[in-house]
This record gives sequence, C-alpha cells and structure tokens, in this order.
Amino acid sequence: MSVHDQKPALRLEGIVKTFPGVRALDGVSFSVLPGEVHALMGENGAGKSTLMKVLGGLHQPNEGKIFMGDEPVVMGSPMDAKAKGVVFIHQELSLAEELSVAENIYLGELPRKSFGRVDWDRLYADSGAILKRLNCGFGPRTLVGDLSIANMQMVEIARALTVDAKAVIFDEPTASLTDAEKVVLFEVIADLRAQGVGIIYISHRMEEIFRISDRITVLRDGAYRGTLNTAETDEDEVTRLMIGRSLDMSRNAEHVETGDVALEVRGLSCGKLFQDVSFEVREGEVVGFYGLVGAGRTEIAETLFGLRTPSAGKILLKGKEVSIHSPMDAIAHGISLVPEDRKTQGLVLGMNCRDNITLPQVGDLTAGPFVSDGAEIAIFDQYRDRLDIKTPNWRQQVGNLSGGNQQKIVIGKWLSMHPEVLIVDEPTRGIDIGSKSEIHNLIRELAKSGYAVIVISSEMPEVMRVSDRVIAMYNGKLMRSFTADEVTEDNLVQAISGLSENGKVA
Amino acid sequence: MADDRMKQVGAFLARQGILVAFLLFMIGFALANHRFIAIDNVLGVIRSSAILGVMALGVTFVVISGNLDLSVGSMMSFSTIVVLDLHDKLGPALAIPAMFAMTLALGALIGFLVGYLRLNSLIVTLGMLSAIHGLTLTYSGGKNMDIADKAGTWFGGIGRGSVLGIPGPILIFGLLALVLSVTLAKTPFGRKVYAVGGNGTAAIFSGIPRARVVFMTYIISSFCVATAGLLQASRSLGSQNTVGQGLELDVLAAVILGGASLLGGSGTVFKTVIGVLILGFIQNGLLLVGLEFYVQYVVTWVIIILAVWLDVAAKRGRILSPIA
Ligand SMILES: Nc1ncnc2c1ncn2[C@@H]1O[C@H](COP(=O)(O)OP(=O)(O)OP(=O)(O)O)[C@@H](O)[C@H]1O
Ligand SMILES: [Mg+2]
Repeated sequence: MSVHDQKPALRLEGIVKTFPGVRALDGVSFSVLPGEVHALMGENGAGKSTLMKVLGGLHQPNEGKIFMGDEPVVMGSPMDAKAKGVVFIHQELSLAEELSVAENIYLGELPRKSFGRVDWDRLYADSGAILKRLNCGFGPRTLVGDLSIANMQMVEIARALTVDAKAVIFDEPTASLTDAEKVVLFEVIADLRAQGVGIIYISHRMEEIFRISDRITVLRDGAYRGTLNTAETDEDEVTRLMIGRSLDMSRNAEHVETGDVALEVRGLSCGKLFQDVSFEVREGEVVGFYGLVGAGRTEIAETLFGLRTPSAGKILLKGKEVSIHSPMDAIAHGISLVPEDRKTQGLVLGMNCRDNITLPQVGDLTAGPFVSDGAEIAIFDQYRDRLDIKTPNWRQQVGNLSGGNQQKIVIGKWLSMHPEVLIVDEPTRGIDIGSKSEIHNLIRELAKSGYAVIVISSEMPEVMRVSDRVIAMYNGKLMRSFTADEVTEDNLVQAISGLSENGKVA
Repeated sequence: MADDRMKQVGAFLARQGILVAFLLFMIGFALANHRFIAIDNVLGVIRSSAILGVMALGVTFVVISGNLDLSVGSMMSFSTIVVLDLHDKLGPALAIPAMFAMTLALGALIGFLVGYLRLNSLIVTLGMLSAIHGLTLTYSGGKNMDIADKAGTWFGGIGRGSVLGIPGPILIFGLLALVLSVTLAKTPFGRKVYAVGGNGTAAIFSGIPRARVVFMTYIISSFCVATAGLLQASRSLGSQNTVGQGLELDVLAAVILGGASLLGGSGTVFKTVIGVLILGFIQNGLLLVGLEFYVQYVVTWVIIILAVWLDVAAKRGRILSPIA
C-alpha cells in the first residue's frame, strides 16, 4: 500500500503564529494520513509544540487553515479539538495529582448515572481496561500524585484512548519513559495506526523516529524544511536538514588525566531508598550512573545535595568529612545539582530567564545592598551564548520558552555557579540532538578543566558517550563499576537488571 | 479575525481593566460632585488611606511569597491599644519601641508557624485574628483606651503634624513605600520572595531558605502593622479596642487590586500603592454621593471579587474561558 494516494486525515496550510517578539511559525504546512506515523522534528524552539497547539485548539493561528478531509475546520478550544477527534498528549504533564488515575483518565467526562451521579463502577472498569491495554503496573484507584513521572506519562497516554480518535499527537512522550515502557508505548502506537488513526510523533531521539515513523517532517526556526520518507533516508540527512550540519555521536574515547579525589562517599544509606553506597569521583572525571527508574540514583543525588538526610554513611569532599543538611550547605561546599524535573524543581516559570539563571547566587551578585543588573545580565549573556538558548531577550518569562530551552536555562543556572562537584540528573531530557551533543561536549570540557562530574541518565548512549567510568545501580545498590573501555551495552544491561556476571540475581 | 480582536480587547481589559474602571469611576464622580476632585478632598483621601496603605505594604510581601495575612486588622487594634496604654505608664519614648517589640513578636509567631512548621497561612492567620482580638480585650480589660493628658504630649505630633505641608501619615506612608519598594525590587531578599512564591520547590532546589524568607515576610508585615497602629493611636490619642476590625479585607482588596496574585510570585509595592488609592477614592466617592457608610462593606467585597476575577482572566488571556 502506498500512503501517497490517500487523502490526509488532517491538513494544516500556511500556518502563521506569532508571540510578542517571536515569530514561532512562519507559514507551515503539514498533513497526516490515516494510519501513518508522521514524525515532526526540529531543534528546540523550532515551533513543533506550537504547531501542535494550533492543531489541538490551544492557540489560534494568526494566518492559515486547518482541514479535516476537505472541510476547513476551526479548533476553537482543546475540548472542541478533542470532540473532532484530535487528541493531544502534552510535552509537559497536565494531571490532577490529588485525583485517582481513573478520574484523571476521564477528567471532564466522567461516566454518569441518573441525577448526574458518577458511575464509579463503570469508571473503574473502563479505565482498568485501558490501563491493562497499556500494560501498566498500577490500578485505576491509585492516586496520580503517588506515581512516578513515567507512570504519570502513561496516564496521560491512557486519556487518549477514551475517545474515537482521528489523529493523536504525541509531544515527546518518551522523554521520561524507561525502555520497557517505551516498548509498550510503541505497541500502543502500532495498534492505533492499524486502526487507521493518524499519529503525529514529536521526539528528539533518532532511533525512535526510525523505528516507528513512516514519514518525517522537519521544521527549522518556525519554517517548513521538508518531508522525507523514513525508509528512504538516514539519520545524517535528517540531522543536516534540522541543524544544517552533521554530528559526531561516537562514544567517549579520550583519556583525561584525573586529579585528586574530589568527592568520596562511604557506606551511604538512606532508609529503603539506597543502601551502603560507596564510590569516589576524581577531579577531571565524569562518572555516569546508569540504572532503571527507581534504582535510587536520583535519591543519591538528592542526599548529596542536602535534600535528604542519610541514615548512615559519610560524605567526604577533598578528603574532609562534611555534613550537608540543606541545599545551602551543598552550594557552599561547591556542589551543584541539575534536578530531574525542570518544571517543578528547576525553574520558577513565572520569572524571567535572567533571574532564573542567577537565582542560586543572587545574594552574591550585589553592588552595595542591591542586586547588580549588569552582573546578572553578563551571566545571562554568557550562558545564552554558550548553550545557544533561544529567547527574544532576558525579560522573557521562562514559562514561554520551548521545553528544550527551559532545560538549557536550568543547566546554565548551575554551570554559572562554577561548582567543584557537578551532578546532572537526566541533563538532556527534551533537548535536540545538536544541543545535546553541545551539552555532552560541555560536560567533557568541564571535566577536562578539573571539575568532578556525576551524570545520571537513563539513556545508555548518553552514559557511554560522556563517562570515564559507569556505575550500574539496581534496586538501591551499586552493582558494578566499569571503566569507559570495559563498558558494553550487554554488560550494562546485565548489571542494571540485578544479574551478576554468572547470571544469578545478586 | 473579529474573534481575534475580541480576544485582544479581552486581554487588555483583563490586564488594565481595573485602571480603566477606576478612570471611568473618577470621571463619573467628579461630574456628580465637584468636591470630589478638590485638592483638600484628594489630600484627605490620601491621608485617611495612609494607615490602610502602610498595612497593605507589608501584606504585599506576604502575598507575593504565596501566603495570606488575615490577622493585620486585629493586630493593628492590639498595637494601638498597647501603645496608648504604655504611653501613660512609660511615657511615649519607651512606649513606642515596646509596642513595636510586642507586635513583632506576634509577627514572628505567625512567621514561625507558617514558615518553619509549614502550616497553612489562611488557617494560622485567621486563628490569629481571633486570638489577638482576645489578647487585646484581655490586655485592655475590655475598656477603651485614652491618653490622660492629651495636651501635654508630643505623641500626637506623629499622626497630626505635618512637615513642609505634608501630613505626617502621608510622609510615613510614602517613605515606607519607597524603602519597601526598593527592598522588593532591588535586593536579593526581594528576589527570593518572588522565587519562593513563584515556585517554592524550585526555590529550595536553588538553595533559598524558604522558611526564613516566609518568616521575614511576616516580620515585615507586623512591622508595618505596628507603624499603622502608631499612626492610628497618635492621630486619635484614644481608641476603641476594635479600631482595626475588618481592615484585613480592605488591605487584601488593595493588594489584589494592585495586581498581586493570590497564587504568589507576582505584584509590586508600587502597584499596591495604586490599589490603596483606588480603594480610598472609591469609598470616599460613595460617601460623597450620599451612600450609607455601611454600603462600603458590600462595595469592598464586590471590588475584591472583581479584582480576583480580572486576575484569573489575565492569566488565561481572556475574560471568559472554558479552561482554567
Ligand atoms: N506562549 C508563548 N509566548 C511567547 N513565546 C512562545 C510561547 N510559546 C512558544 N513560544 C516561542 O515560540 C517558539 C517555538 O516554541 P515551541 O514550544 O513550539 O518549540 P518546540 O519546537 O516545541 O521546541 P522543543 O523541542 O524545545 O520542545 C520558541 O521560540 C518559544 O520561545
Ligand atoms: Mg516542544
């Protein structure tokens, strides 16, 4: 079957969307056929989410039209779009944490009995069935607030399956999913596709795009750059279309002379979260922590940063034992943490870009009793250039930046602290491949100039690319430590699933 | 595209609506009664708004940090009664610092409960409203407080005197507004107040001592309340023990009118001053056209509702919206 003879399920034509100071979309056309997976790619801030928000009724375009079949339609609101069969799964989670999973799935359209009473039995039965289809390990009665980020994402996806969809938009759905969860997601997508639903899939991960998509459309700076048939193209061509050059994505092969031990952890435990963790990081060294979600990596980072109190063990900086009771202590000792979740932990979304970057050191950027504007702007300018942050100016509210550029603000914020120990937790979540390789290079560079760096990541290629040493974790315990030369995909997978070298569960 | 223009008008009204409404109101009242814009009336309004204004300055800090302070009215009664009582016992020079210390202690207690113990500020300050009222009644034995020798004290000079023709309360209000405005807009502490109110978790992750910042906002608020109590006492040289009753709502109305969000993270001292003036002129205007004094209570409530609605509408970018 050739997809080209079919009528598109949805077509956008000449869409223009501007925000104050930003031309986010500049006459973009795009269409999705029934039963195809159409990938949408482009750098951070290229306009992908904005285009989809226009389609999903969240933004009204300044110019341009949307067609369903041959009919021009107006997506007046998200509910309107959903009623027309366009389902949008957002980049940023939008769930009510105090409600149950079932209530979230059917939010706004709970099944009713007479007198408007909620039909709880049906609600739980229906949502239970959807969760089963998604292979979720939790029930419909669970509180959403108790779920991990990955599981929340699954709830978001479950919402899409409650209506008779013509098109489903996935905006970076896998950014916080584990490999196993990804497999399930791809099965769901294959399912929808087989039913003739058109899928729009946004992601920065090439391997996913090539695994599931039929066509790829590339945006750049709000303009349409072209559409490729996935079967007839390769990563290099897509990359060049996206950023205008090729990239080197090889793994870390350089050997840096490491210095003294910067951070040493001895027998550190924190209740059930992790036990008896010992490791050291030298100046000039990047240590990668790899493991499944829930293996305790983030919790170790949070303990080092003074957000959790260890139940046993010691932390030594440059050979001296320190006690860290708060992030303030940690910062004073030269530790920086780029946290896992930018929206809740990393940023004050209503504040401007500059103030977010300088927040941890604003007390030191003073001239007399006042914050020095000039010093702040200098820092902002430096990291905007270094990380290639796309924003009209420093006054822009961080909440208005694209997801990837928000992440860069968080990274800039902690780099600007010039830490001695830098901990980054999922540093490139949602970041485009160009900037990702920039950030990887930056991490290598920082190490070379003497920083001790800990990289926590669920992406194997990332860990292998930046680390001098990789520590594999399973269930709150350190399993094995590999040097860059020893590490292979196989032995890593083995170590993080709790299997020792001879195949027994440790 | 007509839809688009509607939305733009909506967004503009949502952002500037309160100013537009205020202008229309001023014009209307000026036409109805010429006395309304006479210099002495205008000065009078500002002067009588000054006490409310001083309290609103402090509450601005509390609201921006994402909390509420409903205890300011009853705390102001407390300060007034205490300073009047101590005036006769210790003399004014000692009474004033003693009263400030006691009021700040109350602020510190609230700050401790809300900041360090992380109790809900609505509950804490609502409870304090009634607890401090009880404290005031106990302190005064239920009687009104009067200075014995009204003619022989310099104490009245603060609230009744003037410097270069500017009445004392206006001067103090202006000075305090200036100092606090600069504190909020230009110092690291001010920045931290915005961060804590905008996203408390992110503030903690940035090494900001959230509890201490919240504590400090209540200290500032109680300092402003003490100043307001001083002005009140000095102006009247005698007082009922319920002078501040109900002022907490007027204060909150002024702060929200000025555009501070109840969700925290936004607002400025300057805007609060505007909010105070708007409220003062509206109440004065209603009196001048001959409405019952008590109608003000209803009007204040309507204004709060209007301001909150416009605040939410501005966030959504339109006046009415199916989604939040
Ligand atoms: N509400 C808004 N107000 C102002 N500017 C906005 C708003 N929403 C998006 N923008 C701007 O529009 C541009 C496109 O943003 P968009 O979110 O569509 O990018 P994206 O391609 O999804 O990027 P990412 O891969 O980082 O998610 C960016 O420059 C962004 O700053
Ligand atoms: Mg996006």
